[in-house]
Amino acid sequence: MVALAAWVIAFAVGSVVGVARTVPNRLVRTLATTYVELFRNIPLLVQMFLWYFVLPELMPVEVGRWMKRDMPNPEFSSAVLCLGFYTASRVAEQVRAGIESLSIGLSHAGYASGLTTSQVYRYVLLPISYRLIVPPMTSEFLTIFKNSSLALTIGLLELTAQSQQISEYTFNSFEAYTAATVIYVVIALSTTVLMHLLESRLRIPGFISKDER
Amino acid sequence: MITIDHISKWYGKFQVLADCSTGIERGEVVVVCGPSGSGKSTLIKCVNGLEPVQEGAIRVNDVAVTDAGTNMARLRSQIGMVFQHFELYPHMSVLNNICLAQEKVLNRSREEARAKARSLLQRIDLSDQADKYPGQLSGGQQQRVAIARALAMDPIAMLFDEPTSALDPEMINEVLDVMVELATEGMTMMVVTHEMGFARKVADRVIFMDEGRIVEDAPTEEFFNTPRSDRAQAFLAKILQH
Ligand SMILES: Nc1ncnc2c1ncn2[C@@H]1O[C@H](COP(=O)(O)OP(=O)(O)OP(=O)(O)O)[C@@H](O)[C@H]1O
Ligand SMILES: [Mg+2]
Repeated sequence: MVALAAWVIAFAVGSVVGVARTVPNRLVRTLATTYVELFRNIPLLVQMFLWYFVLPELMPVEVGRWMKRDMPNPEFSSAVLCLGFYTASRVAEQVRAGIESLSIGLSHAGYASGLTTSQVYRYVLLPISYRLIVPPMTSEFLTIFKNSSLALTIGLLELTAQSQQISEYTFNSFEAYTAATVIYVVIALSTTVLMHLLESRLRIPGFISKDER
Repeated sequence: MITIDHISKWYGKFQVLADCSTGIERGEVVVVCGPSGSGKSTLIKCVNGLEPVQEGAIRVNDVAVTDAGTNMARLRSQIGMVFQHFELYPHMSVLNNICLAQEKVLNRSREEARAKARSLLQRIDLSDQADKYPGQLSGGQQQRVAIARALAMDPIAMLFDEPTSALDPEMINEVLDVMVELATEGMTMMVVTHEMGFARKVADRVIFMDEGRIVEDAPTEEFFNTPRSDRAQAFLAKILQH
């Protein structure tokens, strides 16, 4: 659950930031780069604590109090936001790399025919880039699952944490962790298979990317 | 129709274009040639504002390309451009390549755009390839599609940047034939190319560039028979050997 919700944020924010890193406007580019460097380089565990413990303190008093006392399931929200925004920085890098692997001539062709910048991205650059980055995105998606186990540090009982608890209660630690492992493996394998299907469905006939030329 | 007025351009400290001036009348075909790195591509990209210039002005049909307030999308939609490496959209069928800008820029209906695309494909003899993807076509076929994509916008002028230099020799003529046909129909064309046969056949004028400068700008006959600069002579000697 944490991983899926966080992925939605990661994909949406990551796409926007990734695109922003390639646009002509320098200010937008700098902001996006700063975002990526910030979120990618602070250890995830530290970010987890920042979101959970520090953020409510930084908010206006009212909001902070609401976050600490009345917000339903604060561990969950913090974990989702933290993982989401962290993974977004990694997704952004993939999106940027995908766009930059396309030749500049392709965008020139778009602009030359009168398309606006957003049209060039929407109809030309992004559809091609997203196809190219399906494989690295698969691994980001799997990583977000693995990283979601870090949410246990702020008290969210996610798969690993739950098995830890089960093992403490029942002393069947072997079974509990085996079950957890099996679940992780099943998720990983099915994701990989699904993404492969997606990849072959989206394959462009006769297309080779710039790098392969 | 196209006026290039004392333009200069720098990449950092490196001057790519130095005080270039020339003009192209309606219906005129002008060939631009010169050694590699002399600024031919840069010059042609300045005409539709793909590259900004730092000094001077360019006007197309009395619209200033170099003015900040100019509606660039509208202006570019009226000038067709064909690239050395075709630059077809690889994820779209040939038909959709030709339809995209018609629909998104000119707001033509899907049917209208398709009809236009089909008639152009017929004209370049590729009707049977409409549903293929660019990667499934030969270089010559791709370049003809790229020309059709530009023509679909009903441009008032066409820019070509070495349209045949990435092609295998046996495909050059199929592309040149389409260009010659366009030229004889009265299209205004600015063509960067080393195909001197094409230049002799249809060009009204030849421009020779070297190190960012327009060194010669002469009527075709005059350019080939009595080139004034040593540079142009040396260049011609080298090219015509082949
Ligand atoms: N984006 C850029 N940044 C820096 N320098 C550039 C850039 N684009 C081109 N140049 C330089 O500007 C000069 C002119 O380039 P241009 O592509 O206009 O030459 P050209 O005459 O078209 O050459 P060719 O026959 O090889 O296509 C070259 O020396 C090139 O290295
Ligand atoms: Mg060039």
